[in-house]
Amino acid sequence: MIYLELFWSFFQIGLFSIGGGYAAMPLIQHQAVDLHQWLTMTQFADIMTIAEMTPGPIAINSATFVGIQTAGIPGAIVATVGCVLPSCGIVTALAYLYYRFRGLAMVQGVLQGLRPAVVAMIASAGISLIILSFFGQRTIPGDLSGINPISAVLFGAGLFVLRKWKVNPIYVMAGAGVAGVLLYSVF
Amino acid sequence: MDGKKNVYRRLFFSTLKLSACTFGGGFVIIPLMRKKFVEELHWIEEQEMLDLTAIAQSSPGAIAVNASILVGYHVAGIFGAFLAVLGTILPPLVIISVISFFYAAVRDNPIIDMAMTGMLAGVAAVICDVVITMGTGIVKQRRVLPIVVLLLSFVAVCFFHANIMLVLLLCGVVGAVDTYLRRKGGVSAK
Repeated sequence: MIYLELFWSFFQIGLFSIGGGYAAMPLIQHQAVDLHQWLTMTQFADIMTIAEMTPGPIAINSATFVGIQTAGIPGAIVATVGCVLPSCGIVTALAYLYYRFRGLAMVQGVLQGLRPAVVAMIASAGISLIILSFFGQRTIPGDLSGINPISAVLFGAGLFVLRKWKVNPIYVMAGAGVAGVLLYSVF
Repeated sequence: MDGKKNVYRRLFFSTLKLSACTFGGGFVIIPLMRKKFVEELHWIEEQEMLDLTAIAQSSPGAIAVNASILVGYHVAGIFGAFLAVLGTILPPLVIISVISFFYAAVRDNPIIDMAMTGMLAGVAAVICDVVITMGTGIVKQRRVLPIVVLLLSFVAVCFFHANIMLVLLLCGVVGAVDTYLRRKGGVSAK
């Protein structure tokens, strides 16, 4: 039965994708392209592009897309629920443990060790995004003249506005999108 | 104090709105949530946000979904976690459902491409902003160890592409040992 298959496939994707979207990609490919032939390789590449263009986690986006392609709206819902169910169980349990035991001195110690690492982790993600945004690729090219000037200006202006006036990040993202359309249409 | 229903409503619509705005990868949800739940609603403390990020990153599944579950559970228990998940998955579910019928047009649309390229720069700025804010908080503790941990783990993850889970695990151990030694030192000094 297709609903059960969709649910089970995306349940596994949800369960084994630790570390965010890019960890989920090969799992999605394995389940949806190799194992079940729900998507062709071209469709898979398309959904990855669409997932990056639309809000929301890549795993949820592809669950919805695959679900709709194979079994309509109910398929989309079943696949999406399967995808988040492992998180719901595991993270709720961790939330319970965290709020129950975070007062303990040892747990405090562990958390104090983790906090700087979390900042480093987000900083690293930020650097990757800057490189992707400035150069349109994931690694720094040898020749830095390939930099996208509009992206660099939008980045600088966005950061300035955020630091100076503490505006809502959502407005900065939306503003950069609108400015992008205007600037790229002109230049 | 807010009524229970009011909290439920706010939780659901906050996560719904945030999820509709998470472009450019899972980490964007952290600055957005920080703005909403730490600065605006005061549901979560600054350091708690870092703890929740660590848990969300180390658990299976999408960071945005996991972070929502943690916030939802903290604010309103199991039902809160359920509402937060619902709020987080509805926007992508609806948007992709609609787009899937003409996704080739969306993929090849030059205007959407321009908007996305612009938005990516904005997302990078948003992430850098939250790193500066959170990093300043770490530096202000005026202790050497957290700063060293911050720098070393940044180098490990960014330049050597170290496994993030491994880095987090190691830093947790360092934190535990540090606390143990300091307490022991404190006791023997008495």
